[in-house]
Amino acid sequence: MNACSTAPTLSTETDKQIDRVIEEYKDEPSPLLEILNEVQHIFGYLSDDMLIAISEKLSIPTSQVYGVATFYSLLSTRPKGKHIIRVCESAPCHVMGSESVLRAVKDELGIDLGETTPDGLFTLESTSCLGICSVGPAMMVNDRVFGNLTREKVRLILRRYAKDKEASVS
Amino acid sequence: MAAVQLKPEQEVAMATLTIDGHSVTVPEGTTVLEAAKKVGITIPTLCHHPDLPPQGICRLCVVEVEGSFLLQTACTYPVKDGMKVRTNSPLVRESRRTTVELMLARGDHNCPTCPRNQNCELQTVAESLGIREIPFQVLRHPRPKDMSSASIVRDPEKCILCRRCVAVCQEVQGVGILFPVGRGFATEITTPLDRNLSEVACVNCGQCVLVCPVGAIYEKDDTNRVWEALADPSKVVIVQTAPAVRVSIGEELGLPPGSITTGKLVSALREMGFDKVFDTDFTADLTIIEEGHELLQRMKTGGTLPMLTSCSPGWIKFIEHYYPELLDHVSTCKSPQQMFGALAKTYYAQKAGIDPKDIYSVSVMPCTAKKFECTREEMCGESGPDVDVVLTTRELGRMIRQMGLDFANLPESDYDDPFGISTGAGVIFGATGGVMEAALRTVYEVVTGKTLPSIDFHPVRGLEAIKEADVDLDGVKVKVAVAHGLSNAKVLLEQIKRGESDYHFIEIMCCPGGCIGGGGQPIPTTMETRAKRIRATYEADRSLPLRKSHENPAIKKLYSEFLKEPLGEKSHELLHTTYRRRPLFQQRI
Repeated sequence: MNACSTAPTLSTETDKQIDRVIEEYKDEPSPLLEILNEVQHIFGYLSDDMLIAISEKLSIPTSQVYGVATFYSLLSTRPKGKHIIRVCESAPCHVMGSESVLRAVKDELGIDLGETTPDGLFTLESTSCLGICSVGPAMMVNDRVFGNLTREKVRLILRRYAKDKEASVS
Repeated sequence: MAAVQLKPEQEVAMATLTIDGHSVTVPEGTTVLEAAKKVGITIPTLCHHPDLPPQGICRLCVVEVEGSFLLQTACTYPVKDGMKVRTNSPLVRESRRTTVELMLARGDHNCPTCPRNQNCELQTVAESLGIREIPFQVLRHPRPKDMSSASIVRDPEKCILCRRCVAVCQEVQGVGILFPVGRGFATEITTPLDRNLSEVACVNCGQCVLVCPVGAIYEKDDTNRVWEALADPSKVVIVQTAPAVRVSIGEELGLPPGSITTGKLVSALREMGFDKVFDTDFTADLTIIEEGHELLQRMKTGGTLPMLTSCSPGWIKFIEHYYPELLDHVSTCKSPQQMFGALAKTYYAQKAGIDPKDIYSVSVMPCTAKKFECTREEMCGESGPDVDVVLTTRELGRMIRQMGLDFANLPESDYDDPFGISTGAGVIFGATGGVMEAALRTVYEVVTGKTLPSIDFHPVRGLEAIKEADVDLDGVKVKVAVAHGLSNAKVLLEQIKRGESDYHFIEIMCCPGGCIGGGGQPIPTTMETRAKRIRATYEADRSLPLRKSHENPAIKKLYSEFLKEPLGEKSHELLHTTYRRRPLFQQRI
């Protein structure tokens, strides 16, 4: 239905980028998830205005778009830090001491699960199995996986990311 | 809508199965739930609703099917020939009990303070399973109630995530304002972007309230405001009752669905202390005169056609949000409730010699959307809101119970003058097709100057999704259509948008079945109870001496004394209104 447009306060550039993503995925069997994933990839998260725009462009109720965006843990409706830390919470890592790893991250950054540091640098999340159980406990920082973690290793890794604010940790 | 819909001409394979040792033969594809009913076994359900598609979400209806490793949900499991089903094994009982215990362990299920106490499906099921304690730690999910809407309250703490409200909002009403959000224990049913109900494009129809099995969605309770007004000696408290309330208030108070209790309703309201008891049917008749003349004027002067009816406030809010480009099609007539409100504080106040500021105007409606309608700024006169407060049928029932009145044995009494005289045409406003039929009865006679050969317009009656008819007005052909439920309305609106609509006049009622199926009506309201209330409505119409709006003597008097002529200056000032484009989200400041 061609509903009354709510004229979200998106910039023209953002709007155009969303149009391009929709154009790319619109013929997929279920385009919504692909589109949300790609838009999040570009902007880091899915803002209310982006969700409204996607809903209008696809003629899917906003309630449904919002429902999908909040169902998947890899999609986020809130802005996140520059670096996203995901500590594995699955059983094999748990046995190898993932709780102590998680505590080390919390102590080092002073934030709890789901929170972002005040400087906007780090967001802490948990994740289900990363598939590298042989080197547990494990965590991911952005797209990189780290295994055989100890409290000391966690501190070193985080300090390296914190130092390099440009995010190009090699 | 039954779970199984079969075309009569189709050859259907039959399946014979046993359920708890009883043999039963049903068409293949029937669900185990339906088949069990045939042998007198009621399998408990929560997410299942007779008028909605089966979902298999709540897992309460699980049964053992021989040869199947897992328990199966009876509401979705199709029968097969030779199947053996057990609905009452220890495993089944244990599973059902755990399911309910887990529901009770999440959120707030404190029955005595719940609006659905004694009419709650979760309570009934917990009782029948004999649950006396909750073996799990109760985890609250502290979420404030959403009290932002003028019509509806949402209490997420009572929600059991059955998703019936989601289905009715999306499938039946085509609105889609409610949807599950989040996952796992954090799952909630909420609005788009988790906004307050008053900030999103909810139309206030209350169909979600009717299908909610628990107390998670309910009407905003305004009974205390009315008690306060009744206790205030400085106020003249008047009340109007909608056409659909007379065929449902009895049901709310324990009588069978379809009981007509007009006279008892009037007596009860007098007992409660209302100074005058009036009938919205009177202004339904008035609506017909104004709307009928508006239709004829549009046809004569090349106005926008088809004209769409405007009595149903949920429908009005829907078109304002979702099809604002078609607002010129909507009749400018206020709804009967609001015509009544405007006249009560002008014409009636003058006639009775009362200062309009001392009048407190209450209306009893089958409708939650009416609560919002009376707060619209267009519905305010010089002395405040035209209608001060709207009660639903359920709230009036609650007040009558508080009074301790024996409703079934109350004497019958008549409405007060001057807004107490009405016709059968006013009564049938409560059913889908009724406004159209009432309009045709009047328009035909006004145009042709002849008496109708038969007063009953059967093609516009009944629960069919979209009905249409051609009427010959002495050579002038009028093509009409009727839709109830907003998904059906959308079909006709899309036709208009494509320029393919050749109707002159379309009646739209927001709720399935019309007002008798409104969101303020007794719970449960199903297609079955709707049909009974509709039957009662036409019976009430037949029993009245006057059945055409233009024959109402009080209406004639109103025009000669006050309004002068249909669509005249006074009418435009008091009885007509304007509409506006509404956004899908209210801007946050």
